[in-house]
Amino acid sequence: MKKRVIAGVVLIALLVVLIWFLRPGDVQTGEAPPPLGAAPASEIEHGRALVNLADCQPCHTARGGAPFAGGRAIPTPFGVFYSPNITPDPETGIGAWSAEDFWHALHNGYSRDGRPLYPTFPYTNYTKISRRDALAMYEYLKTVPAVRQPRREHELRFPYDHRMLLIAWRRLFFRPGVFQPDPQQSPEWNRGAYLVQGVANCSACHEARNALGAIQSKTNPAGGLVLNWYAPSLTNPHEASLRDWSEADIVTLLQTGRVGMSAPGEPHAATLGPMAEVVYENLQHVDPAELHAMAVYLKALPDVESSARARPMRISSAGLEGTMKRGAKLYADHCARCHGDNGEGKPPAAPPLAGNRAVTMDSAVNPIRIVLYGGYPPGTAGNPRPFGMPPFSPTLTDTEIAAVVTYMRRSWNNNASPVSSTEVARNRTGPLW
Amino acid sequence: MAFLATWTVAAAQSPSPPLDSIDQRLQPCMVCHGKEGRATSEGYYPRIAGKPAGYLFNQLINFRNGHRHFPMMTYLVERQTDAYLQEMADYFAGQDLPYPPPQALNVPPAVLTRGKQLVMEGDAAQRIPACRACHGERLVGVAPAVPSLLGLPRDYLMAQFGAWRNGTRRATAPDCMAEVAKSLSPTDVNAVASWLATQPVPENPKADAAFAEPPPRKCGSIPEQASTGAP
Repeated sequence: MKKRVIAGVVLIALLVVLIWFLRPGDVQTGEAPPPLGAAPASEIEHGRALVNLADCQPCHTARGGAPFAGGRAIPTPFGVFYSPNITPDPETGIGAWSAEDFWHALHNGYSRDGRPLYPTFPYTNYTKISRRDALAMYEYLKTVPAVRQPRREHELRFPYDHRMLLIAWRRLFFRPGVFQPDPQQSPEWNRGAYLVQGVANCSACHEARNALGAIQSKTNPAGGLVLNWYAPSLTNPHEASLRDWSEADIVTLLQTGRVGMSAPGEPHAATLGPMAEVVYENLQHVDPAELHAMAVYLKALPDVESSARARPMRISSAGLEGTMKRGAKLYADHCARCHGDNGEGKPPAAPPLAGNRAVTMDSAVNPIRIVLYGGYPPGTAGNPRPFGMPPFSPTLTDTEIAAVVTYMRRSWNNNASPVSSTEVARNRTGPLW
Repeated sequence: MAFLATWTVAAAQSPSPPLDSIDQRLQPCMVCHGKEGRATSEGYYPRIAGKPAGYLFNQLINFRNGHRHFPMMTYLVERQTDAYLQEMADYFAGQDLPYPPPQALNVPPAVLTRGKQLVMEGDAAQRIPACRACHGERLVGVAPAVPSLLGLPRDYLMAQFGAWRNGTRRATAPDCMAEVAKSLSPTDVNAVASWLATQPVPENPKADAAFAEPPPRKCGSIPEQASTGAP
């Protein structure tokens, strides 16, 4: 028995050493697939566009604070992270950083002082950015006003507060490497892949993470629970796969925060929560040619059925019948005026709920949150006066919201799992986004 | 009694707004602030119907930039343009609707007397100006940026004083209300809020067009005053 244990330990140790040495090397070189839109006026302008698409400013700016001066709280399952100051202030910002230091952070995930960075900073995506693009971002960030604002320490739970554990995490989950184009694909697909996988770091939210916060898309093609919302999978046909959409509709959604809803039957979607922020802060300012490249790539993503097990039914069939009855009454009283008696929607004010993937996807987090907190899609140049969903958290109980969401998920040919009041209660806490 | 009847009828007759309208767009506001923004004097949520447009716009901006803290409000307005927020403010400012009767509160007469004294005269010894010096002789506010103090629930008024004291409600500097709130004792806050919440709204609830006399403090949220440098 004892021998077996020793043998097991030795075997595991050997495997670890093997993985350690066999990991593929870093790829430092590679050119970004060239942009297809108008050429930028200068290298700084080129950097500004990349910093915008990379979503740097929203994370590195506190509410009402100076741009890029940091201090925004980012709640995660591991504790609260506070973004650092990336203005050119030499003491509290990155003013003393060399171009090489900046590249080392973006590409390798190390701070200037040699400490490994937490992957809340999505260097796992930024590592795909080419050296030339990274340096352009550096040049642009040197031009923003320097602000003196010391960084606030993260408030992390044990053991995640031990930064050196990241060395092991990196070995397991991180391979640095610049994007390598696929010569079989079009220039537009390659540009889109570079932006979606790298600069725009879409997978940082739209792919599931494991218990250690690493993206696990190969084994689990589900979306991710991020900032209290569910970022749907972009490859799952029951969630947010875009295979059946036109490229023009994808661009419209990314640029304006909303698409469709002017006539029944056409693709329709609106962005709320963290995605509304991405559209409002960044995507609406992106060159449409870049958005089109992203659309080409997103549309071409292969559909992958989620391997996640179906949500268990936590309710008896008799209980479900009662819930559906209560839900139907609540729906008639509170929802039908805008969403229609049969969930058909009323363009342009309210989307259909029948056949709406945002209602029926496996995770019920978003429908629950939208009923609890309502919300407006972002006000953009393409949709300057958005319609909004009223919040029902002040007027309906958890049981009532569970009933009405269950009703919407199981009526008009919708066939999703019911929702419990416990799930609603869980979504009453935590920051809004 | 006739007033009460008018109020009930007006509330019952409001039809559903047409779909492509500003009314429809502002449905999210009305869950808490009441139909057309006229929350009742019960509960917590303040009435926004008929408040000066400049005041409402400033509050929307303050929620957006973190000067005021109410997570639901910030969440609802944070990704909208100034132009749309102005349109929202103008819509609610333009609502000319009857007010419900004031709150009936069980408060000792001495508390109401003290409240009335502070509202009408202030307390010179403690350097507290009279509310009416800035909010108008009739306490219905002064256009475009000073709000009415009437028709609001006591709980809401008390919460605002608390928020000013601890800095979670702020306005453009100089933040005159923060100064006033910090010099009021909790007992006096209760007195002022209780007296205000029990007062009826005058027949013409529209904000005064201008100050009768220059206000005693400098306030950053009052545009004309800030630009002319009046005291």
